[in-house]
Amino acid sequence: MAVAATGHVTGPGDAATPGPAGPDPAVAAGPAGRAPYGLLAPGLLWLAAFFVAPIAVLFVTSLMVPVPGGDIGQFQPALDVGNYAQAVVEYWQIFLRSFWYGLLATVFALLVGYPLAYVIAVRARGRPTLQQFMLVLVIAPFFTSFIVRTLAWRQILADEGPVVGVLQALYLLPPDGRLTATSIAVVAGLTYNFLPFMILPIYAALGRLDLRLVEAGQDLYASPFTTFLRVTWPLSLPGVVAGTLLTFIPASADYVNATLLGNPGTRMIGNVIDAQFFNVVDYPLASALSFVLMAAIVVLVAAYVRRAGTEDLV
Amino acid sequence: MRRRVRLGDWLLPLLAVLAFVYLFVPIAYTIAFSFNDAPRANRVWQGFTLDNWRDPCAARGVCEAVATSLQVGLLATLVATVLGTALALALVRHRFRFRSTTNLLIFVPMATPEVVLGASLLTQFLNLGVPLGFQTVVIAHIVFCLSFVVVTVKARVATLDPALEQAAADLYAGPVQAFWRVTFPLLLPGIMAAALLSFALSFDDFIITNFNSGNLDTFPKWVYVAAVRGLPAEANVIGSAMFVIALLLVAIGRLASLRRRAG
Repeated sequence: MAVAATGHVTGPGDAATPGPAGPDPAVAAGPAGRAPYGLLAPGLLWLAAFFVAPIAVLFVTSLMVPVPGGDIGQFQPALDVGNYAQAVVEYWQIFLRSFWYGLLATVFALLVGYPLAYVIAVRARGRPTLQQFMLVLVIAPFFTSFIVRTLAWRQILADEGPVVGVLQALYLLPPDGRLTATSIAVVAGLTYNFLPFMILPIYAALGRLDLRLVEAGQDLYASPFTTFLRVTWPLSLPGVVAGTLLTFIPASADYVNATLLGNPGTRMIGNVIDAQFFNVVDYPLASALSFVLMAAIVVLVAAYVRRAGTEDLV
Repeated sequence: MRRRVRLGDWLLPLLAVLAFVYLFVPIAYTIAFSFNDAPRANRVWQGFTLDNWRDPCAARGVCEAVATSLQVGLLATLVATVLGTALALALVRHRFRFRSTTNLLIFVPMATPEVVLGASLLTQFLNLGVPLGFQTVVIAHIVFCLSFVVVTVKARVATLDPALEQAAADLYAGPVQAFWRVTFPLLLPGIMAAALLSFALSFDDFIITNFNSGNLDTFPKWVYVAAVRGLPAEANVIGSAMFVIALLLVAIGRLASLRRRAG
C-alpha cells in the first residue's frame, strides 16, 4: 500500500492482479512477448538474490540437525522434519494466540478505520485541501518512531496513567486492576500501530465510489443503512480486503508490542522466533517456526480472500 | 423538501474525530514528555524544561544512531526508487511472458511477515559469512522498500498517455530524450511519493534491522535497547522533531505545488 503526494492510494491488490487480458491502452507499441530486460533485470536480480534465495536458504536451514559434538549454533545439512514437529507441537498455543491477537487488532482497526476513511473519501469529497490535510494526519504517526509511539502507549496505560484512573473511577476496572503487561495493552498497541495500513486502502476504494449509485439507492427508498449495506460496503470491499491483509499479517507476526506492552503470558510467535535466533541460537527450529508461520498465513489469507470474493458476488 | 437530520450526519464526523484522537494521543504524549524535567527515567511528569531540546545528543549514541538511520534511509531509498521505477515502467508499458510471475514476485515481499524476511536474510548472510553491519542493513531495507516503490509508481505510470511519448517521437526525439523530457517529468510526483514512503519505511523499521544489523545502532534500535533501562527524554525530543520536520516538509511541498499550479 502506498500513498502518493496526490493522495492517490494503491493497495497491494493492484500489484497482485495483472491488468486486463485485452489490449491495454497504456502499453506502448513494441514487439509483444519480448521482455524489457534492461528495465526488469536490476530489480528482479535484487529480489532473486535477497528475497528468493534467502527464503530457500531458510528452508534448507529448517531441515538441518546439530553437528554431533559440535558447538552451540553449529548445524549440518540434513532432511530432518523434526524441527517442524517441534515447532507445531511445542508452540501451537503461541501460534493460536498470535493469530487471535492479529484478528482482534484487525477487527478493531476496521471498526476505527472505516468511518474515518469514509469521512475522508466521501464526506470531504470536493474539498481537496481538507482531504489532503486529513490524509497527512493519518500518515503523520509514521514519522515519529514506531518504538517511541509504542513506549508512549506504555506510559498512557501505566498504573499511574490517565486511562487506568478513569476506568477505575467508572468501576470498569477493579481498584487493583492494571492495563500494562496485559493482553488488552498488546491488542491496543497492535491496533494502533497498523491502523494507517487499514485506513489508506479503504480510503482508496471509497475514493472511487460513484456517489450516484448511493443516490440511486435512496431514490429507490432504501434506508441509509440498507444503502450502505447493499451499495457502499460491497463497492469498498477491495479496499477492506487489502486493508485487513496489511493489518493482519504484520500484526500477527509482530513482537515489539508484545515485548513492550505485554507479559510472558502474552508472548507472540515473533517473540519465539526472535528468541530462538538470538538467545537459544537454534537456527533450524527458528527457520522451521518461520516457515510454519508463513504457511499458516498463506492458508488463512487464501481462505479469507476466497470467502471475501464470494461475498462480493452475492 | 426539508432534509431530515440523519444519524450518519453527526455520528460519522464524531467517529472520525475520535479516530484522530486515538491516532494522536501517543504523539501528544511523546511531545509533552520531551519537555519533562526527568533526565533518566522519563515516565512520570516532573516539571517543564527546555534542557532536553537544548542538547538532544546528550544521551550517549543517540545522534550517531540517527545519523546511521538517515544514511541507511537515503541510500536504500535511492536504490529502491531507481530499481522500482524501472520495474514499474516495464510492468505497465510492456507485455511479456513472465509478467504475472513478476507481479507476484513483487507482491510477495509485502505479504511476508517482517520476522520471516529478517530471519531469512540473516540466515543467508550467516551462511555466506557476510559480516553484519551497515551494508547488510541497506541491502535488507532495499528489499522491502522496492515492492512499495513499484506499487506507488505503477499507479502513476498507468495514468500516463503513451500518445505523449509518440508525439515526442514524431517530433524526432530519440527514446532517451523522450524519456527524460516527457515521461520522467510526468512521473516525478509518483516517484517522489514513492521515495518519501520508502524513506519513511526505512527510517522507522525495527524488526528487519534488528535481525541484520549486528552491532550497528539505528534510531529505532537505539530506542528499543534504551527502553530497557528507562527511555531518556532525548528519544522523545528526536521523535517529536522528526514528526515536526516531516509535517513541515509535507506542508512546504504542498504549498510549492499549489503555487506552481496557480502561477
